[in-house]
Amino acid sequence: MFSEVQLVSILGSVLLLLVVLELVRKGKLAEEYSLLWILTAVVLLVLSLWRGILDLLARAIGIYYPPSALFLVGFGFVLLLILHFSVIVSRLARRNRELAQALALLREELESPRREKEHD
Amino acid sequence: MSGERRGIAVLIPAFNEEGTVGVVVGEVRAALPEAAVVVIDDGSVDGTAEEARRAGAVVLRLPFNLGIGAAMQTGYRYASARSFRAAVQVDADGQHVPGEIPKLLAALDEGADLAIGSRFALRGSYRAPLLRRLGILFFATTVSLFTGKRFHDTTSGFRAANARVIDLFARSYPSDYPEPEAILLLSRAGFRVREVPARLRERSGGHSSITALRGLFYLCKVFLALVMGTMRRPPRADGRA
Repeated sequence: MFSEVQLVSILGSVLLLLVVLELVRKGKLAEEYSLLWILTAVVLLVLSLWRGILDLLARAIGIYYPPSALFLVGFGFVLLLILHFSVIVSRLARRNRELAQALALLREELESPRREKEHD
Repeated sequence: MSGERRGIAVLIPAFNEEGTVGVVVGEVRAALPEAAVVVIDDGSVDGTAEEARRAGAVVLRLPFNLGIGAAMQTGYRYASARSFRAAVQVDADGQHVPGEIPKLLAALDEGADLAIGSRFALRGSYRAPLLRRLGILFFATTVSLFTGKRFHDTTSGFRAANARVIDLFARSYPSDYPEPEAILLLSRAGFRVREVPARLRERSGGHSSITALRGLFYLCKVFLALVMGTMRRPPRADGRA
């Protein structure tokens, strides 16, 4: 009843979902960053299981071979994930910079305890 | 941030400049004996911090290299926390002439919030390689366009800021290649930015942090930042968020 390409995509999505959940369980992937991954895996799984939706989607956007639509959806989610991480990396970089600056100021205060505080 | 603002802090960011930083600190102290000289060691792996300290500077040591913008902001944070009334930016490579600092400070006294030592207001005193001149021209044109005010030397790092600008820069200062962006930020927030003719020396050591490829990258990055800057709400000049 399942075509080969459908079986592969079902197995692939299930595997992705399991890996993500396992990473969260082991505490290697924080819950807040796992949500987008879980959503990706679930959407791919639903589209793989339920050919009707996939066919409908493919026809709506003019794709002749429905499994290609699955790639498109997957690609869209991958782009979203990467963008999401770029935002997170930018935030981490900013916080990292602020920490380094605070450290430089504290270090100076520690290393020169004899300097009289000009404005106290 | 209230209370009396006193004193001048000279901010010198330095990254592996052990050969020149001591001389620059000495020159600044000779030119402005009452000023606090602050060297921001941007993760140097040479003797920059020791040389600066030996020459009599306060040294802020960053744990790793953050780049010129973030290093400069560290200095502004220091100046803001210690309530200095003015901060002067000077390069550690010796191309800025400490004897010219009083001109910048005079501009602050005349009401400017940020005074920029311009290399081009003095005819024939500064010759840069063609590519760099083109970059400088590009930013001067772009910043002038975006601010509606004529600027000649938007990339000059020889600057003096008053207390209000110190506090603003302590809170937000552009990264990487910050000079043109800083002008735009201030102009849009209603600060008075003024160019002052200043003499410049050939570099006595080190080299420009801008190579051709990185120059192109910075050109794009700063241009994007400038465009984004015009589409962002400016910070308020009175210091409240």
